[in-house]
Amino acid sequence: MPSLQRLLRHPWVLGILGILAVLLLWWITTASGSVNKLFLPSPQAVWQAGQRQWGSGLLLKDALASIQRVFIGFAMSAGLALPVGITMGTSPVICRLLEPLMGLIRYMPAPAFIPLLIIYFGLDELPKVLLIFIGTFFFNTLMIMDAVKFVPRELVETARTLGGRTLPILLKVVAPFIAPQVLDTYRINMASAWNLVIVAELMAATEGLGKRISLAQRFLRTDEIFMGLIVIGLIGLLIDLGFRALMRRACAWAN
Amino acid sequence: MHLQIADVSKSFGYGARTKEVLRQVSFAVNSGEFVALVGSSGSGKSTVLRLIAGLERPSAGSIRMDGRPLSAPGSDRGMVFQKYSLYPWLTAAQNVAFGMELQGRPRAEIRERTGYFLEVVGLADAARRLPRELSGGMQQRVAIARALAAEPQVLLLDEPFGALDIQIRESMQEFLHNLWRRTGLTALLITHDLEEALLLAGTVHILAPAPGRIVRSVTVDLDRSSMAHLRVSRPFLDLREELAQCLRGLEPALVA
Repeated sequence: MPSLQRLLRHPWVLGILGILAVLLLWWITTASGSVNKLFLPSPQAVWQAGQRQWGSGLLLKDALASIQRVFIGFAMSAGLALPVGITMGTSPVICRLLEPLMGLIRYMPAPAFIPLLIIYFGLDELPKVLLIFIGTFFFNTLMIMDAVKFVPRELVETARTLGGRTLPILLKVVAPFIAPQVLDTYRINMASAWNLVIVAELMAATEGLGKRISLAQRFLRTDEIFMGLIVIGLIGLLIDLGFRALMRRACAWAN
Repeated sequence: MHLQIADVSKSFGYGARTKEVLRQVSFAVNSGEFVALVGSSGSGKSTVLRLIAGLERPSAGSIRMDGRPLSAPGSDRGMVFQKYSLYPWLTAAQNVAFGMELQGRPRAEIRERTGYFLEVVGLADAARRLPRELSGGMQQRVAIARALAAEPQVLLLDEPFGALDIQIRESMQEFLHNLWRRTGLTALLITHDLEEALLLAGTVHILAPAPGRIVRSVTVDLDRSSMAHLRVSRPFLDLREELAQCLRGLEPALVA
């Protein structure tokens, strides 16, 4: 019937149905008792773990600590990647100078830097923030550089034939044109940043969502592990949706 | 205004892979004239325009405006490209104002001139629209308005209608001719379309390919009071056939 088809075509309906189907499957599996409660906690147990941690204020404290680390580290990475990426995209000399080096470092797995960062900077906030920076800066820079390289040359040359010099062209032609791609770059690499903060906390932290998971692991509290994972996933999704909304508003012309 | 292109040659690459694109091209454009360069792809006609615009430097020869050698792009030579003409994040009016803002003109003057030039190209009600809401022909009209608003000495047009449908192209040719009549602008048009050149220009230079060089120059003195009649008039068709044969003779044989 037509109204059902129309409902199914709504953008989020199928996605929500998929998630509900998984939840249902999860509940059925655990309710049947065929799996060890240690390996697969029931949805109710996970929910209760969440309630406990929320009630004690722990969940909020952990989430804020992790979010803060990501925010600072990624802001540094995004902020520096923009001028460096634009410079590399506009100057062939600087590009040839830096690109091979960046390409090399990009393939070094960021978590492998953790022991070094701990040795240099100790165990508090700085090494975690730097980890996020190292893990995302090179990707951000190279993707922004690519965006600049793909600016149609007619757009730049038009500005030159209208009397524009280098800096005004960068500000008034290149920057607005690459804005949607830059935001998309940030959205994509933010996912890495979020993964990295959890990894950093698994190794050395006093609070944070990753820390909570590593503690839960030590006491075999799989319900808390599951809860932690779900919360991490949800926060990541919200950040992603936030970026998409920002892109829609700020770059309406590109949609 | 006297624009002199003297013995200009241009090669790209170096050593064994040098490609000679232009060889000793010479011609002039004076105030109020409409000059066209006609040639197939590979005849270097776009390169000539880019050299005049200052986007490239000649390998030999000189380009002078009123005796002054040209080396860098500037708003004295406005250019209209075939595609990617408009800035997609700006409205039509903002596009037209773009050059004037780079020049640092006062707000009121920019507003007034933007309104005037949009009106001149017949797009006064499209001022607030984004380029993606405009047809190809309208976009090119805005691009022309933008170039003119910056007060160039000469307007350089690089196959401006090449990406448009044939019907739009014909109405745009008429539009450009009327614009030229009305504003007295100086124009240099590059096209592979011989008819377009003959309809619009007072002087037509034919370029041969590989390397690009002028092989024939014609003064076109036809009655342009009605474009529609002109397209089918006897003198126009004769001239077109004569030059078309010349162009055909320049093409390398397709069959060995």
